[in-house]
Amino acid sequence: MMGRAGLFGLAAVCVALWGAAAIAAESGDIDVGEKIFKKNCKSCHQVGANAKNRVGPQLNGLFGRQAGSVEGFRYSKSLIRAGVNGLEWHADSLSAYIEDPRVFASGTRMSFRGLKDAGERQDVLAYLRTFSDDPSNIPEADPTAEGTDHAVDPEILALEGDPEYGEYLSSECTTCHQTSGSNDGIPSITLWPEDAFVTAMHAYKDKKREHPVMQMIAGRLNNEEIAALAAYFKNLEE
Amino acid sequence: MKFNRRTFIGSAVAASTLSAPMVQAAGHGKPRVVVVGGGAGGATAARYIAKDSEGAIDVTLIEPTRTYYTCFFSNLYIGGFKTIDDIGHSYGTLASEYGINVVHDWAIGVDRDAKTVSLAGGATVPYDKLILSPGIDFVEGAVTGWDLSAQNAMPHAYKAGSQSELLKAQLMAMPEGGTYAMVAPPNPYRCPPGPYERVSMVAHYLKQNNPTAKIIVADPKPKFSKMSLFQEGWNNHYAGMIDWIGEEFGGGNVEVDPSAMTVSIDGDVTNVDVCNVIPAMKAGRIAELAGVTDGNWAPVNAADMSTKADPDVYVLGDASQQGDMPKSGFSANSQAKVCANAVRGALTGSRVFPAKFSSTCWSLIETNDGVKVGATYEATDEKIAKVDGFISATGETAEMRKATYEESEGWYAGITADMFG
Repeated sequence: MMGRAGLFGLAAVCVALWGAAAIAAESGDIDVGEKIFKKNCKSCHQVGANAKNRVGPQLNGLFGRQAGSVEGFRYSKSLIRAGVNGLEWHADSLSAYIEDPRVFASGTRMSFRGLKDAGERQDVLAYLRTFSDDPSNIPEADPTAEGTDHAVDPEILALEGDPEYGEYLSSECTTCHQTSGSNDGIPSITLWPEDAFVTAMHAYKDKKREHPVMQMIAGRLNNEEIAALAAYFKNLEE
Repeated sequence: MKFNRRTFIGSAVAASTLSAPMVQAAGHGKPRVVVVGGGAGGATAARYIAKDSEGAIDVTLIEPTRTYYTCFFSNLYIGGFKTIDDIGHSYGTLASEYGINVVHDWAIGVDRDAKTVSLAGGATVPYDKLILSPGIDFVEGAVTGWDLSAQNAMPHAYKAGSQSELLKAQLMAMPEGGTYAMVAPPNPYRCPPGPYERVSMVAHYLKQNNPTAKIIVADPKPKFSKMSLFQEGWNNHYAGMIDWIGEEFGGGNVEVDPSAMTVSIDGDVTNVDVCNVIPAMKAGRIAELAGVTDGNWAPVNAADMSTKADPDVYVLGDASQQGDMPKSGFSANSQAKVCANAVRGALTGSRVFPAKFSSTCWSLIETNDGVKVGATYEATDEKIAKVDGFISATGETAEMRKATYEESEGWYAGITADMFG
């Protein structure tokens, strides 16, 4: 895994090379990119009108933005440090990041296995680029988009969780998911918005999301227990 | 582990006396929890009690080794996927960040009337609640011809550390086309898929370095954990290398001769170059010395892991007889958190929540070919009872198997952070 020095080194290289390959994102297919975004990114990231920070930061104005700089989003120390040390998001750095987030920035909480296909990366970046050029051109996004992949009864989403019970229940999660948010092969679950956490857990519980361990763990948690976990993980400090 | 637990205890018991000095609790009047054994059960229990009580409970952790080598992933060390340092962990953070009194010594006796634990170094440690998580020891006479004095000639490597290093050195020194024998244990034992993951890792090493070598497994069981997955993997990756001899073909009728380096399986004597003897197991000796065992294991109440023998003495992990959970590091970690919650509630009146348990065991068969089995459990009046479970399927895609392996890496980082802080 890449160490701290490696990340900064790579960031510097990306900034230096940016001029040479700045057009990479513009040559991708925007429509294909939108489909790739919906399939791979949308469960955590919003983009377009009314985009809000969710599990991941909103992606309007992404191109040219300093890494780790969206107001109100709680980043990993790793990304904040990279941004302070000069990492900006451009076609090259974004392509390297989304190819394998953990290799590019060890310590990131972005739990994504990566887009291995260079063409797909180009397409999705071309799509995201349309939200960076000129904000007035941003197409209308579905205002009810929840940024998740499952519909949960609003009454369940409205349940107020007991964080102390959540802390006890969380001990079952932390055998695999690190409280620091480090992601070494098992995704980070810290600092998620409560509704995103609840929705994801119910998606496993209802077997709409595939993963046998999570289906089993979520399957025996009741609505109050899921709300308790969401309330606990929402505010977990590193 | 470097010590021979049994002989060490034998000599140390005679040396300790009732007049040994008391270890003073750091703050008088605070309730005292003593945890014996710093593995997946003990380290987790100590950390959670110290962390969640925020100084209201004095926690002492007694563990002889300064560097703890996890048994889980020790097979990956043998296969060359991990270094020995990758699986070694210190207790520094538990002491410095959580205020746990970490004592590197052997617990050699428990006086349940006086509520004290005696240490090989001569000290006596008082407790209000005692948590024993001593792992396993071996049943004497379980494999004819083998005892602990033979563990250098025929290593068990079933307590990680120097035994793992010894087994790996012997594997690397095998002559071309040589024979590696394993004597597999009878149920119940630590880490049900462990012997078979080890066979896979040994085969992985031999395929790279000594492809004409053979592996013989003498097994007293008719079937084993994840059997169809391992057998599929062995056929796919190591065709012709592994000869598994189960109960039906006399795999339980075994004698070894450590000086001659021979193994007799159902009367057939074979010369071998490495012989990995994994004998039948029982609870770590201190559980027996504390008088909380019944037969080989310590029966416990499922709701809080307290022993049937004494409500102030708890047993976690491999040493406990709890019901349906496998003897795994994941299980011990899961049981430790239930126990920590109950112990804290009993001593400080904090909220006690219902017991929930789970365990998932990952095994690596070959590079990027990982499989897993897991289940959730609940406490009933009689035992820890299985609720739901799953197992990897045969014929899964390479992509899924790779993801399963990567997930096991994430789990390792997670559970070791959960144990050691």
